[in-house]
Amino acid sequence: MSAVITLQNAGVRFGRVQALQGVSLQVQRGEIVALVGGNGSGKSTLLRLAQGLLSPTEGWVQRDTAAQQAFVFQRPFVLRTSVLANVALAAWLRGLAWTQAKDQARQALDEVGLDGLATRQARTLSGGQQQRLAFARALAAKPDVLLLDEPTASLAPQAKREVEVLMQQCAQRGITLLFASHNLGQVKRLATRVVCLDAGHVVADTNTHDFFHAPLPDIAARFVDGETA
Amino acid sequence: MNTLFDSASAALRLISSFDAALLAIMGRSLAVSALACLMACSVGLALGAWLGVAQFAGRGAVLALLNTLLALPAVVVGLLVYLMLSRSGPLGFLGWLFSFKAMVLAQAVLVLPVMTALTRQVIEDAHSAHGEQLQSMGAGIWLRGLLLAWDERYALLTVLIASFGRAISEVGAVMIVGGNIDGFTRVMTTAIALETSKGDLPLALGLGMVLLLIVLLLNASVAAIKYWRERVEARAL
Repeated sequence: MSAVITLQNAGVRFGRVQALQGVSLQVQRGEIVALVGGNGSGKSTLLRLAQGLLSPTEGWVQRDTAAQQAFVFQRPFVLRTSVLANVALAAWLRGLAWTQAKDQARQALDEVGLDGLATRQARTLSGGQQQRLAFARALAAKPDVLLLDEPTASLAPQAKREVEVLMQQCAQRGITLLFASHNLGQVKRLATRVVCLDAGHVVADTNTHDFFHAPLPDIAARFVDGETA
Repeated sequence: MNTLFDSASAALRLISSFDAALLAIMGRSLAVSALACLMACSVGLALGAWLGVAQFAGRGAVLALLNTLLALPAVVVGLLVYLMLSRSGPLGFLGWLFSFKAMVLAQAVLVLPVMTALTRQVIEDAHSAHGEQLQSMGAGIWLRGLLLAWDERYALLTVLIASFGRAISEVGAVMIVGGNIDGFTRVMTTAIALETSKGDLPLALGLGMVLLLIVLLLNASVAAIKYWRERVEARAL
């Protein structure tokens, strides 16, 4: 296994707020890593750091330059244009010609089950469909690593299940997943490894089985108890 | 009250009879303001979109200056353009003073800060909400500005209309650089000012009504375009 993302003593400060501090973490190719923790614990900041949307104010972050990354946000932004154009844009931004980008977009839409809605205006899709569009956009960029920031947090149960299936399909194709979630059931179902954050620090980093069954440091244990109670 | 009623009746007669003088002034006003907006638009939209997404040292000072320019009085713009175009000014060689071109230039200068500042606000709001997602897909700063401008095209259309409204309703700048020459540089606002001072209230009032009607039509056009787009989008379902 080789590391696709490495953080070494990484920290991020927003003015007087220390969002992350001293985070050391390696994500290996093919892993499915869940980031858990309370609100404001630093999950989203860590994902943005891993993607390069933020620069560390302390320590360093290294990404495997050969590994293409894509990001799926909790509430995807779709442009006021067709579903197909929204997805093709992502492929075009990765350097494909527009006609090739559209072909790739059609294929990605097929994979997420939105092929029948390609010509529809993206803003008229439901929340679940927009999240699948975001997946198609990520897949159109042919990623090796997929970062997801609470991708099911604002979805209805059925749409949540559909997104989880997409995540599983991505994992089966060998795509490395790093996702933030508040849903411990989802973490149990999907992740191979869990990283628990509290106040910007990593308080537990272990495989999924141990996270739920082995003794954990106090803060992580309290988080799990609070969530599962 | 009688004066107002009589003047309004006479004004309506002038409008309904398609009075030649009134039509000529109207046409000139529309042409000057439309060209000025077109000029300002080509610079203002690009500059505003860039300012909406760019981060650089001194950005705050640039925005403060830009917002200050929003309140720039039309007469001051007229004076500055007059000084630029006067024979001893840096653009004196153009020989544009007291011409149609001078009025277009003055109005373009007047509406440029309006267009830039409002575009900047629209794009900046969109960028704080969605810029990160575009950036995560690999869109650079210019492309983010362009994509967000495309996405906010209806809001920017309103900016364009607001700028046109500012241009067509101002009097100070065109009066100074145009000179209000009958049949040559007389536009609706300068004609209203002149005819009122001469006591020809029907023509002044008629022009005022037309001015209001133009603005009303512009707003109606924006609403119609928005409605049409929504219908097209809904039909695509």
